[in-house]
Amino acid sequence: MTEPILKLEGLTKYFDTTAGGIFSRKKGTVKAVDGIDLEIMPGQTVGLVGESGCGKTTVGRTVLKLYEPTSGKIVFEGRDITNLSRHDMKPLRAQMQMIFQDPFASLNPRQTVGSLIGATFDIQGITPPGGVKVEVERLMERVGLNPEHVNRYPHEFSGGQRQRIGVARAIALKPKLIVADEPVSALDVSIQAQVVNLLDDLQNEFGMSYLFVAHDLSVVQHISDRVIVMYLGKIMEDADKHDLFSSPRHPYTKALLSAVPVPDPIKGRQRERIILQGDLPSPMNPPSGCVFNTRCWKVQEKCRTDVPALIQIAPNHRLACHFPEPA
Amino acid sequence: MTSPFLEVKNLTVSFPTEDGLVRASNDISFTVARGETLAVVGESGSGKSVTSLAVMGLHNRRSAQISGEAILHLESGDVDTISAPEDVVRKLRGKSMAMIFQDPMSALHPYYTVGDQISEAWGLYNEGSKKDGIKRAIEMLELVGIPEAAKRVNEFPHQFSGGMRQRVMIGMALVNNPSLLIADEPTTALDVTVQSQILQLLRDMQKEFNMAVILITHDLGVVAEVADRVCVMYAGKIVEQAQIDDIYYVPDHPYTIGLLNSIPRVDQLDGRRLLAIPGQPPSLISLPTGCAFRARCSLSHLVPNNLCATKVPDLDEKLTGHFSRCHLTEAQLSKARTAPGDAL
Repeated sequence: MTEPILKLEGLTKYFDTTAGGIFSRKKGTVKAVDGIDLEIMPGQTVGLVGESGCGKTTVGRTVLKLYEPTSGKIVFEGRDITNLSRHDMKPLRAQMQMIFQDPFASLNPRQTVGSLIGATFDIQGITPPGGVKVEVERLMERVGLNPEHVNRYPHEFSGGQRQRIGVARAIALKPKLIVADEPVSALDVSIQAQVVNLLDDLQNEFGMSYLFVAHDLSVVQHISDRVIVMYLGKIMEDADKHDLFSSPRHPYTKALLSAVPVPDPIKGRQRERIILQGDLPSPMNPPSGCVFNTRCWKVQEKCRTDVPALIQIAPNHRLACHFPEPA
Repeated sequence: MTSPFLEVKNLTVSFPTEDGLVRASNDISFTVARGETLAVVGESGSGKSVTSLAVMGLHNRRSAQISGEAILHLESGDVDTISAPEDVVRKLRGKSMAMIFQDPMSALHPYYTVGDQISEAWGLYNEGSKKDGIKRAIEMLELVGIPEAAKRVNEFPHQFSGGMRQRVMIGMALVNNPSLLIADEPTTALDVTVQSQILQLLRDMQKEFNMAVILITHDLGVVAEVADRVCVMYAGKIVEQAQIDDIYYVPDHPYTIGLLNSIPRVDQLDGRRLLAIPGQPPSLISLPTGCAFRARCSLSHLVPNNLCATKVPDLDEKLTGHFSRCHLTEAQLSKARTAPGDAL
């Protein structure tokens, strides 16, 4: 059996909220990520979905140690990196990269494309064969940018092209894992497909794993091998893409899928729709028992008191629910 | 078919800038009747919001050059919101036509309670005390599904969640029982579960008030759920216009066909490669000659005499009640529809 490229064991990340002011007192704790176990295999794409505030972005950032985890373990290629210092992390960063959501905020407006992409080599002290300049131009060409534009600044590019710059930067060092945080949600529909296809092609070429964080279930469904559904910092369901989308077992997954509009009017009219009531509860004060119980249409007394454990119900299928949907 | 409530004819909006004239929306014509939902679909910069702001009379008349007509067929007579004086149009806004926006946080005033804001909108067209206004606000909040409306009427926008804020804005827009509601990306900032609540609410409210609704969005999924008719816009022009099912099952413009092929769908698990449209939309300052979609269209070589580059296609009725702005013949388009992988 191959070893997972990334393994999270009981990962938690809590943020303290303060009352403000100079002598700010601690007001409460936001349990953004509350005990996540997951594995990503080499070459696999794992989609992480959920509504805003469910902690999916925090998972992505904690994996790369952009946030220090509160507790739990992060194992990258068999090595426990949970407590590595910034200094010790640096060489590992060549192996794990990130693509950000906002192609406007994530590129320094005062740097040319060439120096933005080239910086990855300088930081790691690596000289690619043929030199940085040649390699940068090769990368630009690979992601579908004109290498002649190497001296241009980010503002001279459109949103889709900027996202390509971000992709070129992420793949420059041939990492083994890329955390992509909503990489296409800021892009127009016709441009989204271009970037999704590019990510697909690059994976076929270099064989890296993706942790694909997104709220758009259609995109996640398309790109992922496995999909994890999060709600208020916890995993609700984790399954192979086909299982999850064709027979979701968790009531939340089912409701989420039924809420996604389908670009097919006749199918849309026939579809059974579960409209969840209310909003996501505050992660500062999550409900007792199952965190989803305040919006669940199948809720029973047990759900309000007992936290359902995330259990294996089939090979490659984990579920945290007392009263799952029939398979 | 009932007679239209709004008739937009040859509406063109341009903005002079230092770099040149930006033709944001170009020769737009459509109608919408009460009880009907017209979706205007397009990507950023396609002119969909600019068009609706012109209908509402919300462009600065000194900085925007507007021509054409937007006629509201009111009981008291017809009014063209483009040529009518400002004060006439102002008195229609909020009463005969209302608008809701994408971001309710920036559309609501942070310093006033939601009750104050709704009752102010009511007070513009109704005689009554402040107390009556608040009473009306509570009714509206209850109507749009805000729990404990009597208590929450005294809260400020920041105390509401995104979905609840959007409900407040819908309540405020509907307080004077408008005949036309323009919803500009009303669910784009919301999570899917909340999005389906808001779309349901919009459907219910449309029935309740028998409104004409113009829904502006980039999301073809949302359109499929709520629209009766669709206008597809590209680079400031309507490129296709048809009944809802026709747009999805017999798309008749290469852009619409391309758009439908490029979106991933939760109901299709075959993992087929997305057929992306290459390139990007043109600049509205220097539009190409001929068809604006030409540079991204993989079928334009089928049109003889380089016509796509020299002549802007007309919006022709190629199929019954189905308009498309394309030089290709119906046979060529029909082939592109059925075998998109080969043709596009």
